[in-house]
Amino acid sequence: MMQFMLLFSRQGKLRLQKWYVAHADKVKKKITRELISTILARKPKMCSFLEYKESKIVYKRYASLYFCCAIEQEDNELLTLEIIHRYVELLDKYFGSVCELDIIFNFEKAYFILDELLVGGEIQETSKKNVLKAIAAQDVLQEDETPQGFFEDHGLG
Amino acid sequence: MSLNLNMKQVKGNLQRLFDKNLTDLVRGLRNNKDNEANYIAQCIEEIKQELRIDNISVKCNAVAKLTYLQMCGYDISWAGFNIIEVMSSNKFTCKRVGYLAASQSFHPGTDLLMLTTNMIRKDLSSTNQYDAGVALSGLSCFISPDLSRDLANDIMTLMSSTKPYLRMKAVLMMYKVFLNYPEALRPAFPKLKEKLEDPDPGVQSAAVNVICELARKNPKNYLSLAPIFFKLMTTSTNNWMLIKIIKLFGALTPIEPRLGKKLIEPLTNLIHSTSAMSLLYECINTVIAVLISISSGMPNHTASIQLCVQKLRILIEDSDQNLKYLGLLAMSKILKTHPKSVQAHKDLILACLDDKDESIRLRALDLLYGMVSKKNLMEIVNKLLGHMERAEGSVYRDELLLKVIEICSQESYQHVTNFEWYLTVLVELIQLEAGSKHGSVIADQLLDVTIRVESVRKFSVNEMINLINSFPSSSQTSTMYEVLYAASWIVGEFANQLDNPEDALKLFLQERSIPGHIQAVFVQNSIKVLTNIIERACESGDLKSIECATEIMEQKLQYFISSGDIEVQERASATREIILALSEALNGEYETKKVTNQDLLNDIGDQENGNVITSNLPAQLTDILNDFKSLFDGELLPVVANAQRKVKFPDGLNLDEWINGPISESSSDEEDESKGDGLFVSASEKTSERGSRKDSFEPTPEELEKIREARKMLQAHNPNYLKSSPSGSRQANDNGDYDNIDDIPIAELNLDVPLKVHSKTKRSDKYLEESRKAQRKENKKENSSKKSKKKSSKKTKKPDVVSDSGSEEESKPVHLVNKIVDMPEGATLSDSEDKNVLDLNDPHRALGNINLDDVEEFYAPPQRTSKIKHVEESESSKLKEKSHRKKKESIPEQNLMTEEVNVKKDKKKHKRKKEIISEDVNHEKLTDILDVEQKIKKSKKKSKESDKMDAEKSKKHKKSSKKSEYEETL
Repeated sequence: MMQFMLLFSRQGKLRLQKWYVAHADKVKKKITRELISTILARKPKMCSFLEYKESKIVYKRYASLYFCCAIEQEDNELLTLEIIHRYVELLDKYFGSVCELDIIFNFEKAYFILDELLVGGEIQETSKKNVLKAIAAQDVLQEDETPQGFFEDHGLG
Repeated sequence: MSLNLNMKQVKGNLQRLFDKNLTDLVRGLRNNKDNEANYIAQCIEEIKQELRIDNISVKCNAVAKLTYLQMCGYDISWAGFNIIEVMSSNKFTCKRVGYLAASQSFHPGTDLLMLTTNMIRKDLSSTNQYDAGVALSGLSCFISPDLSRDLANDIMTLMSSTKPYLRMKAVLMMYKVFLNYPEALRPAFPKLKEKLEDPDPGVQSAAVNVICELARKNPKNYLSLAPIFFKLMTTSTNNWMLIKIIKLFGALTPIEPRLGKKLIEPLTNLIHSTSAMSLLYECINTVIAVLISISSGMPNHTASIQLCVQKLRILIEDSDQNLKYLGLLAMSKILKTHPKSVQAHKDLILACLDDKDESIRLRALDLLYGMVSKKNLMEIVNKLLGHMERAEGSVYRDELLLKVIEICSQESYQHVTNFEWYLTVLVELIQLEAGSKHGSVIADQLLDVTIRVESVRKFSVNEMINLINSFPSSSQTSTMYEVLYAASWIVGEFANQLDNPEDALKLFLQERSIPGHIQAVFVQNSIKVLTNIIERACESGDLKSIECATEIMEQKLQYFISSGDIEVQERASATREIILALSEALNGEYETKKVTNQDLLNDIGDQENGNVITSNLPAQLTDILNDFKSLFDGELLPVVANAQRKVKFPDGLNLDEWINGPISESSSDEEDESKGDGLFVSASEKTSERGSRKDSFEPTPEELEKIREARKMLQAHNPNYLKSSPSGSRQANDNGDYDNIDDIPIAELNLDVPLKVHSKTKRSDKYLEESRKAQRKENKKENSSKKSKKKSSKKTKKPDVVSDSGSEEESKPVHLVNKIVDMPEGATLSDSEDKNVLDLNDPHRALGNINLDDVEEFYAPPQRTSKIKHVEESESSKLKEKSHRKKKESIPEQNLMTEEVNVKKDKKKHKRKKEIISEDVNHEKLTDILDVEQKIKKSKKKSKESDKMDAEKSKKHKKSSKKSEYEETL
């Protein structure tokens, strides 16, 4: 089971964090800080796996963003790399050549996509098509609500 | 009036139109990098205002902004109630935002969660599947035991929803419910099992995931599902699911070895056929696990192991660092059971020690202990020491240090042939690793080797003297001081090996700023050395040396008596009393008998052989000297670490019983008790105590001087103190030859700390060289003996034997380890310590106690025989399936091996991209590194190239428009 996923930039700025195991905020911050500094210090030619406390860390860099996951001892590292890759593919499909700014400005969308891919740290949907379909359907729901709702909400309807 | 109010409301709402939305917030944050804190404070103030307005859309916007701030590391727990408010809205937009905020900021301990139960229940049963979906995704992040209990039934209902989307999410959600509320497992299990054969592949895969996770914690409950999984394994082409199924089998085989036998074949087939590295790796891992679990039953699986090792070699040789790492990791699992097969690849593993990636080197280090032999130990250790000199990063250096010690000390120093070499290595480690945390590990090794290898003691004692002498007190970290503890103990205990005990004594009592508990050991061991001096003096008859030694001690102990550490003070005072008694006896002897030193010596000289000083000395002195000798008589034998625990309780001993009835409590009683508690300190407590002691106040010499002055002043003004000059009183007591202590001619020890120049060859290299020479010689001998053998072999068979033993001889140990250890009756070495302490923090603890056997009986009685039949059937059907699968797998759906191609592509694209890269943030496409599959597909679709060109253009267009938009924002 995946314990958490972090996205951070080359400058060490956190862009996304999803925790599937409960931790106190302090602990989360400590883990995040430690991992970001360890991973950023690693050279590009190094392997993508780390040992961190009881868990294994799998990370991969895509352009200026690092995707970093913590998994349990028995989990498959290569499968985790596949999940990360799958997520990047989904982001790419959704945003159309995704870049860091897309994720900064639409961070909630990035979360929604992740929620369709993983539930509770387990892979939910392996089909890219289905994930995108679900996201699109929910976006439509949201759009349907917005136009007429907008003025009503502001007492102008 | 009412119109006015209405107008006001409209006006207020119009203002809301100009509220910051999420994009504004992000943009603002980026523009205010210099005073982020101020900007955030301002934003939070605005958000708080927005939350006060009775309009759900405004609140929703505010909560979305809060979620962003939460990610940036700001506390938003104060807005929990508002988040719930937004979650409970009927609008999907608000729900989506609300649940996201909740999943990010709530945790099982959040008090507000009890307010959410009914709301979530409502959402779960919503007619809109996405309402329920959003609720499930959110809930998975903050579900608590209470929520699990209350919502278990609702989620279970969703497991049989008509919509696959909900079934899938609900199945995965149930795992979280089981973790929080294990009782739910029983009623949910039949349904979960049903989902393994769900028509929707996603649901099926979700069920496999959940059962795989459950089975890892408590496999026996899921054995009955093996046939279903076997069928899935042989029919499925979904690699994601296959990996999970194979992992599940890995968990099941240890409790059902027969299953393992069935698995070997399909798994080896998969290993041969698959092109997906993740699947290959999982198969190898499971084969290893299977072979470990059935190794006793089936000896003939060398072929499978060979296959695994071969594949792993390919992984390790791969240029992809990830595969290399995993290959080494899997190798270490094989090493435990099949060391021979791994040893065949020694060259590869040793080469990995030089890899540029630290994590790979660490994995190779893990394998190293299986690679050493008597012949190559020195060489390998030498290599590691070289690494240590070069390596940066204390973590890796510490790991190297531990590994050196581990591979040398394994199985009672099985591979160490020359302990002088090993001691030299240890001393070099101390000098190399000034900042290491593992001082006490080295100290233990020093003690262990010296105690157990008798022949090396003299060498060790001299090394330790040098070590204490050259130990730079300032640069070392506190744990490295532990080696001084070991060094001083060794010198003290084996003082009979010393060339010059007086020097050792002076060395021990030198003033140095080291932790108190080590100073105490120094003081204690100085008595041992003194005892040795007395012994020698009695043998040689040179009583003068005793006198000289006591003088030295008396003087030097002053420093320790005024130590800030209470232990040091106590030991120093006790030691001084002993010495005073001794010197009094000595001096008294001179006074009364008026014997000249020379006479006395002659007398003793006569008695030398008797080893007991008799009539010529007064009985009192003889007694004291004999007492001294018996102080540290006898030899200490090594004791097994857990020996104390193995000592059986004597019959009738009840430690809980009162020896004397409880007395009325008083403060002094409590004190006594607390002291009593400290009497039996476990080893771990001791070390922690040591640690805390190190932190205790250590006054510098200047401070000490000040304190001393202050004390003298105090004493001078205190009428209760007897005032006398210290030298005067000493004179009166001692009646010594010298009027003043300062007059005693003691040559100050002028210890030059040797300048350490790192020469290219280390001291331990000497041994390596020697062994190499010896080997060469041996080889020559062997060759010549072989030649001679050739000549003589026809005559007799004896030379054969001789040459054999000759070749073995070079690896024969120079020193022997004493493997006898003290043990109480009835204890055996193999008695392992009880390590099965339950981890209280394990979230699966409770799940492990749930037994599903009765559930099984109720719903589907377990039929072992039928199961195995089933397995066989499916195996035959599998053969048919295999060719089918091969086709599918040739499509590189999840192939990791595409890195290099991508990198090239990446570079090309980079040029194209450069124009649109803004200064601040990378516009680089995240998915520049994508599967080659797409690219292959692209190239294949040459027919549709024109279409593609258009698409590319539009993409570019989109990109540039996006760029300009972002540039505006910057």
